[in-house]
Order: sequence, then C-alpha cells, then structure tokens
Amino acid sequence: MSVDSEVLETEGPPGTRRSRSVLRRVAARPAGVAGLVLTGSVALVALLADRIAPGDPFQVTPTALRPPSSVHLLGTDNMGRDLFRAVVHGVRTSTTVVVWVTGLSAMIGLAAGAVAGYLGGAVDRLLLRATELVQSIPRFFLALLVLSVFDRSLRNLVLVLGFTSWTLLARVVRAETLSIRTRGFVESSRSSGATGSRILLRHVLPNVFPTAAVVVALGASRVVLLEAGLAFLGLSDQNQMSLGLLVNNAQNYLDQAWWMSVFPGSAIAFMVLGINFVADALTDALNPLLERTEAAT
Amino acid sequence: MGFTYFARRVVGTLPPLFGVLLLTFLIVHAVPGDPALLLAGEEASVERVQEVRRDLGLDRPLPQQFVSYVGRVTRGDLGTSFSQSKPVTAVIGERIGPTLLLSGTAMFISTTLGLVLGSAAARRPNGRFDLVVNTASLVGYAIPTFWLAQMAVLLLSVRLGLFPILGYTDARRQLTGIDHAADIAYHLILPATVLAVSEIALLTRVVRTGVLQQSGREYVRTARAKGLTEERVSSHARRNALLPVVTLIGARVGFLVSGAVVLEAVFSWPGLGTVITTAAQQADRNTMIGLVLVIAVSVILANLVTDLLYGWIDPRVRRL
Repeated sequence: MSVDSEVLETEGPPGTRRSRSVLRRVAARPAGVAGLVLTGSVALVALLADRIAPGDPFQVTPTALRPPSSVHLLGTDNMGRDLFRAVVHGVRTSTTVVVWVTGLSAMIGLAAGAVAGYLGGAVDRLLLRATELVQSIPRFFLALLVLSVFDRSLRNLVLVLGFTSWTLLARVVRAETLSIRTRGFVESSRSSGATGSRILLRHVLPNVFPTAAVVVALGASRVVLLEAGLAFLGLSDQNQMSLGLLVNNAQNYLDQAWWMSVFPGSAIAFMVLGINFVADALTDALNPLLERTEAAT
Repeated sequence: MGFTYFARRVVGTLPPLFGVLLLTFLIVHAVPGDPALLLAGEEASVERVQEVRRDLGLDRPLPQQFVSYVGRVTRGDLGTSFSQSKPVTAVIGERIGPTLLLSGTAMFISTTLGLVLGSAAARRPNGRFDLVVNTASLVGYAIPTFWLAQMAVLLLSVRLGLFPILGYTDARRQLTGIDHAADIAYHLILPATVLAVSEIALLTRVVRTGVLQQSGREYVRTARAKGLTEERVSSHARRNALLPVVTLIGARVGFLVSGAVVLEAVFSWPGLGTVITTAAQQADRNTMIGLVLVIAVSVILANLVTDLLYGWIDPRVRRL
C-alpha cells in the first residue's frame, strides 16, 4: 500500500484544515460526488427506514408475485410481502452490520498498527505475526462456521467479521507510522517531553488518517458483500430482513418475477458502488503523483 | 532461489496452520451443549453418557484434546459428516473436483483479461478506453457475484436461451468421452465468466496502477534516455508492474473459492457449495470444520506459492 509519503510531506501537525480540503477534493471529482450522494442516501434510508417504509417487512399478504405498481412500488414476492419495505429494511440491516464491523475492525487495526509501528521491536514482531495469522484464515468460511454452530444473530456476525477484518488496516497504519515517527515534528515533540501516547494521538493518528480512511472504506464495501453472501446462503438473523435473503428467495421465481431479484440485488450493488466511489476519489485526492501523470497527458 | 529463503517461507506457513487448527478447536469447544449427551441420546443413563464421553476423549484436559485433534487432522481424519453420514474427507473428495474446475477456470479467465485490459488502459491514461475500463471495473467490483449470476441466467439462459440454466452436465443425454467434456465446458462457460467478473475488475485496476507507477520511475526514464526501444523499456517496466499481480494470487484463491461456493447455489453446480449450504443449515459441525480447514490450508499454500514466485521474480525480496 503506497499512498506515497509525498502526501504527508507537509510538515507540522496538520489538523482539521487538511482533512477539510481532502473532503473538498473528493467532492470535486465526479466519482466523489456520485459516491457521496449514493452513500448519503443509503445512510438516510437506513436511519429513516421505519418512516419511509413503516411496518413489519416479514408481513405476509395474499397478493403474491405482483409486479411493481403504484401500490407496491417494487412489487411483491412469492409470499405477498411488499418488496419496497423489505428492501428498505434490508438496507438498514446491511448498514447496521457495516457500521459495527467497520467500527470494530477500524479500532483494532488503528491501535495494533500504530502501536506496532511506533514501539517497534518485539511488540511489532508479535503484532505482525498475529496479523499474518488472522489474514490466513478465510473470513467468509469462518463466518459460515461460526453462524452455523452458534446463534445466527447480528451480534455474532458483527463479532466474527469485526475480529477478522482489521489486518490490512493494521499493516497500512504500521507502515505509515514507521515513516511518520522519524519526521521532524515528531522528533521535536518528543524532545520537548511529550509522552508516547500523546505523540500517537496528536501527531501520528491525524497523519495516518487519510490513508487509513481509504482502507477502511474499501473494507466496508467488502463487508456489505460478505453480509449479503452469508444471507444468500441462508445464514442471516431470522428477525432481520436482509438483501441477500431476498435475492435467495428470488432464485426459484426468476422466470416469473424478475423484480424479486433485480431490486434487492441492485440495492446491494449501489451500496458497494457508493462506498467504492468515495474510496476511489479519496485515493486520487491523496495521491499527487497520479495527478501529475494526469496533467502530463 | 536460495535455500534459506525457500526454507524460511515453508517454515513460515506453520504458525498460520497452527492458528487455524487452534481456532477451529476453540470454536467447537465454545459451542454450548454437551456433544456426549447429544450422541448418547436424551434417555441414556449417566454411565452411558460417561462412557461416550470417555470414548470421545472429552474427559481429558483441553490441551491433551487439542493434541489429539491435531494428530487426527494431520492423519487426514476429519470425522464423520452428520448430514451425509460418511467420512468428511470422502464428502470433500467427491465434491471438490467441480469447485476446483469452476474456480480454476475463473482464475485463468480473470488473470488473462485483467492483464490485457489493465495494460491496455494504462497505455493512454484518462483516454476514452481507460475511462470506460475504469468505470466498468468499479461497477464490476461492486456487483455481488450471486446476483450477477441470477441476472445472467435470467437474460442469457431464460430469455435468450444461449446457455443451459443450471447443472454440470445434461442429465438427459448420456454422453461419454469428448462429447461429455464438451458438455461440461458448455455448462461451465457462464458460471466461470460470472465468477471471474469481480476478479477481472480488481486485476485490471491493479495492473493499470502498477504500469502507470512504473512509467514515472527513474529507471524507465534512464532506459528511454539511453535510447532503448519502447518495447525494451516496457519489458523492463512490466516485470516490476507484475509484482502486485503476483501478490494478489493468494488472496484471490480465497475470494474465488468463496465466490464459487456461493455461486454454485445459483447454478446447481455439484461442488462444495451445496455441501456447505446443507452442512451450515443443519449445523453439521464436522463437515463445516473440515471444509474450513481444507480451504484455509489451500489459501496458506497459495500464499506460500505466491511468496516463492515473488522471490523468483524480485531477487531483492530474498534478502529480507
């Protein structure tokens, strides 16, 4: 991972001013705008799910397999459930999982990476080994195993994905920390008596943040796909509507009710696409090297 | 390649292997419920339950149980599958072929297309072709494989009738020899292509970035300055641009196999996917653990191969 050190060459503890300008640069790109709009709408739908589509998404009615109409915006499924309501609630479940998993794994990854990179030595080697170990475990299958022998609850899903999704971030943060800790402003702060934790929090983390954001965003979009994939195989929480579960239901009705597959599936794709667009624009905004090649052609 | 490098890499696979074994062991022991009671049945006497517990070795301390677990696994004994009532190794052995065929084909398709598209896109950065490829790869990487599969079946098989809707072979026709192979290939095209899509997207981007990054480097400028032909220049750059592609092989084995497993449900492909789905839904512990172990070991081995390849392509790595 090499968002080059050139980006961080701006010395001195750069605080909020730079992150605001990064956001502006993201919003200046078409992909960035599209990403922010998509991700923003998904967040809104997730937050307001009960307002937008009130009621029980599992509610069965006699009007089965109806195509999209003014009554049922996205049609109904084989059990007469309103697909609009189901998709909205599915988006909410997916978002909940992503937020928790991302939060959990970002905390572990940031802490492990920053501590390993800053302290070095035996701690570094130990954390690196742990990272390699977790990385070699296939996440998807471990989640399958855990959800099949334990409760299929959202909590278990979040725990198993959260504790296995931090490795890439830890590696990236470690590498960045290694390069930052030799910079002038860190040296000067240390010589004026700042403690290790203060240096980490005040100087290292803010500088690592932009690069970490890209990794976190890309990780989040994989979590959307993982959650959907697990639900597609029937391993979702019985009480939570899930987009993957809806696509699975559509399997036997492909030739009669295309809408059962098209809407939940594209909802997953839009969620992932939105996050990826943001990550992509963020990478571009942070990488002046690529901008220079752009200018040259 | 230096022997020390080789030896160090091979030894390096041991900690992850140990980790996977430990983790699966711990998960099994964290599951609520007494397996001895389950096996002996509700009405069994206390003595009978004790007997079963002793037979299973559950009365011994955990570390001892772990050692015997590792021993059993290394001897290739993965226990009995409850859902299939035969040894787990037999179940996996019967079904692994189609999965390997599917993911192998997808690996081949995605590597070829990724290299071709990525280097073509890098030729004129931000040109029209580059933009199309870039957008397509963003979209391709975002679409869930199982849903893309349904859409492909809906459009290409159900509506247009270009491909078979499902299965591995045409069961109505008893084909042999070349015809049989051709029949499998015909059934394979659609699932393998669908499975390859997100990998093509990923590789295209990686190759494009790799080539672009190399083209700005000093050594490329030097090569140009001393008058080498453009073909020679890019042959220098290509070797370095390929490094990230090689790094990804290990990770892609994991992606492809998990993708294949989910995809098999859509196409009724008779591989490990159906076994896993049944096992997961029936909480068939032995089968699940057996599968996780087999897949984890293949990912670890793929990573080993990646490392060795890496050392061969980039001699600098060997000194690390």
